[in-house]
Amino acid sequence: MLAKRAARAADGAPLGIRMRVNPVAKTVLQRLGLGLVTLFIVSIIIFSAIAMLPGDFAKATLGQSATPETVAALQHEIGLDRPPIQRYFSWIGKMAQGDFGSSFASRTGYRRTVAEIIAPRLYNTMFLAVMTALVAVPLALGLGILAALYRNSWFDRLVNTVTLTTISFPEFFVAYILAFLIISRDTFAGTQFAQSLPVWLAVSINWTLNVVPKFPTLANISDQTPFWEHVWRAALPSITLTLVIVAHMMRMTRAAIINMLSSPYIDMARLKGMRPMVIVLRHALPNAWAPIVTVVAFNLAYLIVGVVVVEVVFVYPGVGQLMVDAVKSRDVPVVQACALVFAATYILLNLIADIISIATNPRLLHPR
Amino acid sequence: MKNSSGTAREKGTDLLKVRNLHVEGFSDERWHPIVRGVDLSLKRGEVLGLIGESGAGKSTIGLAAMGYAKPGCRITQGSVLFDGVDLLSMTEARRRRLRGSRIAYVAQSAAAWFNPAHRLLDQTVETAVAHGIASRDKANSDAIDLYRRLQLPEPESIGFRYPHQVSGGQLQRAMTAMAMACRPDLIVFDEPTTALDVTTQVEVLASIRRIVEDFNTAAIYVTHDLAVVAQMADRIMVLRHGQTVEEADTRQMLTAPAQEYTRTLWAVRKLAKPEIQTHDHILSIDNVTAAYAGRVKVLVDVSIKVPRGRTVAVVGESGSGKSTLARVVTGLLPAISGSISFDAKPLPLSLKERSKDLLRRIQMIYQSPDSALNPRQTVEEIIARPLEFYLGLKGQQRDRRIAELMHMIEMDEGFLDRLPGELSGGQKQRICLARALAANPELIICDEVTSALDQIVQEEMLTLLMRLQRELGISYIFITHDIATVRAIADEVVVMHQGKVVEQGLKTEILTPPHAAYTELLLSSVPEMDPDWLTTLLARRKNQGIASAAG
Repeated sequence: MLAKRAARAADGAPLGIRMRVNPVAKTVLQRLGLGLVTLFIVSIIIFSAIAMLPGDFAKATLGQSATPETVAALQHEIGLDRPPIQRYFSWIGKMAQGDFGSSFASRTGYRRTVAEIIAPRLYNTMFLAVMTALVAVPLALGLGILAALYRNSWFDRLVNTVTLTTISFPEFFVAYILAFLIISRDTFAGTQFAQSLPVWLAVSINWTLNVVPKFPTLANISDQTPFWEHVWRAALPSITLTLVIVAHMMRMTRAAIINMLSSPYIDMARLKGMRPMVIVLRHALPNAWAPIVTVVAFNLAYLIVGVVVVEVVFVYPGVGQLMVDAVKSRDVPVVQACALVFAATYILLNLIADIISIATNPRLLHPR
Repeated sequence: MKNSSGTAREKGTDLLKVRNLHVEGFSDERWHPIVRGVDLSLKRGEVLGLIGESGAGKSTIGLAAMGYAKPGCRITQGSVLFDGVDLLSMTEARRRRLRGSRIAYVAQSAAAWFNPAHRLLDQTVETAVAHGIASRDKANSDAIDLYRRLQLPEPESIGFRYPHQVSGGQLQRAMTAMAMACRPDLIVFDEPTTALDVTTQVEVLASIRRIVEDFNTAAIYVTHDLAVVAQMADRIMVLRHGQTVEEADTRQMLTAPAQEYTRTLWAVRKLAKPEIQTHDHILSIDNVTAAYAGRVKVLVDVSIKVPRGRTVAVVGESGSGKSTLARVVTGLLPAISGSISFDAKPLPLSLKERSKDLLRRIQMIYQSPDSALNPRQTVEEIIARPLEFYLGLKGQQRDRRIAELMHMIEMDEGFLDRLPGELSGGQKQRICLARALAANPELIICDEVTSALDQIVQEEMLTLLMRLQRELGISYIFITHDIATVRAIADEVVVMHQGKVVEQGLKTEILTPPHAAYTELLLSSVPEMDPDWLTTLLARRKNQGIASAAG
């Protein structure tokens, strides 16, 4: 594509006159190119890091009692005896063609491709991430905008305190607390603690607990699970993740808007008699997108690449768990593919954030 | 209403009455008074000029007339009666309804006061639509009409541009259109032309004056420039330290000011230096062309000679390339072609190829000392740095030299352990001068060094620069847009326009007619104290325009 553009530029225009490419398109192409370069570098790091792991698949599966001959035979079968450089290029070459390779767990006659191992897990992870994002991002933006609008009020302080509290706990702790609350629905009334409380208090706590829906504390999903059932079972992990990521995004939204509120054009909007809500939404927010979007992208990436702990707590079959299992069994192709998917997610989301930042800046979008 | 554009304007009933206004501002952990008991009244259709130096509280009063205090300020006492109702005691919601619709504001720097995210038209009609005064369509067509009245180019389409896509003068007029959108009874103009070039200023002033007359709008016109306020205001109020010094009709105020302070403001700058011709040149710029990012040429084939121990004033408007010239001489922006020679030896074009000693001999002072001084370094550290870097002075020698330099810039040694933030604007600029002097330079480039300073402080700074030139024989390249400054200090003048030298020569040759066409435009655009100056100038230009069109 780039070559085509260069060719067009070369045959049409005389030297010194450059084609006017839309600056936004140019920047996007540049970032995309940079993203690919980054991905390439990351692939090298991933490969070397895994190559440095002690032990290999052959030793891990055959166990300690295996003879050197059987280990060598298995190593030869899955290609582990080739030099690392050769293995890297054959891996990255296939990867570039969309071939993720086969898992080491394949046997002759029973080939398991990495793609078919990862695909359902990736779907689950994406499902959870999208579901969480759909709730968490609007919630964070809304709370951030309201907190900026009513800054230093009790509402602002409450939102800040609550979100700070949830972010201060490790995510597994939040997860266990939530699970505990769900379980307490049924058990609270029988506990010693409940009996030591005055009756009215115990009853109202029990009533409050029973208002909470009885979310499943184990999010076991299979590919046969119907859509809404999937949503229902993933609810608790999703709530946990929401509590973890809202604080970041909300605080950045608030800070970015408040930062804008000291601009002269905000004074102007006030002097034009605009209502505070209009000032925040129409005059401050459009200029505050860049920092907000960056933090949102960062948190969305976390939803895909960083949720392994939450997956483990709720036994949710996502990519994170798959990767941990693959590392344990030294199933290198799966580990590498997972790592590369994670890296690509990060790069892609940041690219999108960059593009949104540019698209919301009229100076770049509408040059003089 | 349209045919009321004559000179005699109908003055109506009282519109605004400010009584005993007190405003405080918060800084350094405490509240300081900014405005201390100001009274002011304004009739419908009347223009009141507020004039004073920086810190006089004139902008604060302008805003307080809208019942508004900037963040960090508060109105502590007094009343602001607008059309009989006190703006200060009414609810915020009622104030909001008045703002924009009946009282509007035009700010100094339109580039910062327009929202960069929205098109001009959307911002112009916002108030009218939000206050339910007009439908969107009606407001749009009215805005286009206002753009046309304010003589903006392409009035139908300019509204679809973003603020960064139009020039400063156009933006200032668009802001006036925005203020006019609801046909307010009162507009507060806060230094609306201060950030503009003189030639642009004339056009904006004429546009503002015409539209204010057309709609018989009352206005408060805040400025520090007497000649400007003389063109715009019916009545002038002089302020100092947040208090009224005196108030009178414009003509009376100009001819017979009652107070001593007013007279010092009025006195046209007395500084004037007789020029001296020299043929010994310290710097000679020959056919220099320079460009940013290898594209747009900002200097084209410029040749300038700087006589030794004298001052060359480089005048021109923004975008004329005068600051680029400074960057080329210092080597920050290496010229693409041409040559520069310094003290009869060729000067490498790029900063990187110059020896430390060459760097020492050419120093520079910038317009804004706030950005040129490190806010975390004390005055002593700032001045000591070039002493150590260029001359390797240490210990007692260094301290003695610092004391000498402080004496040269007429400042007490007690200032040495202060931070720039604790100094006034004029003092900071002196520190910048001392830092330049510390290197024992032969040439100092002064880039608009006095334009951010008040009139009186400017004069002190210029006197100091001239004294140092006499005593130390330093040559100056003095970049400015202010003709009065040129009269005060220059030996030779270079007029620049669009990257080219229009005219150069001895000061008297350039400043007395006949001029080159652009020099004529530039000189005639400098406002004069005569309240009829603008009217006369516009009439003369119109006649010339007709004459040239006919011929």
